[in-house]
Amino acid sequence: MYLGRVVGCVWCTAKATSLNGMRLLVVQPLTPELKDTGKRLICADATGAGAGETIYWVRGKEASFPFLPAEPPVDTTIVGIVDSVHVRR
Amino acid sequence: MLIARVVGELVATQKHPSHEGQRILLVQPLNLDGSNRGDAVVAFDSVDAGIGDRVLLATDGFAAMTAVGRPQSPIDMAVIGFVDHIELIPDFTP
Repeated sequence: MYLGRVVGCVWCTAKATSLNGMRLLVVQPLTPELKDTGKRLICADATGAGAGETIYWVRGKEASFPFLPAEPPVDTTIVGIVDSVHVRR
Repeated sequence: MLIARVVGELVATQKHPSHEGQRILLVQPLNLDGSNRGDAVVAFDSVDAGIGDRVLLATDGFAAMTAVGRPQSPIDMAVIGFVDHIELIPDFTP
């Protein structure tokens, strides 16, 4: 999983039918110090995350597991909203 | 699998139900010379690792799910062991 922050929304009208009703969010990956790192990407949302929230997201086939038994064609999904981060390098 | 160092923990209240009761660690993957290998990642803990420990990190979904005992759970990384010692072949150049 990876840390990220929700920085936007994506709306799609024509899409795979199994994506209907799913929220798609723009996510900026973060370092543990909550600094931006890497390029932004689109994640499906399984938690109800909102704009500006720090989240963690999962990549790969596992990204479709929150939506079982449906198997939507997603490869990145937000699976948790982060309350606090404790870092000691 | 990667060698990594535990650099932090995070707390999340609202998360996938299958993540309840799991410790969530921030781990920094390492190169063999100890330098950072890319950005830190979020991983679940299956061995009771703490901040500062050098650990073995599984980066595959099935391996991670199996390690923390949560099949069909959206998990793709887990700490699966402690690294005590690494021995390299002398003068080995990959």
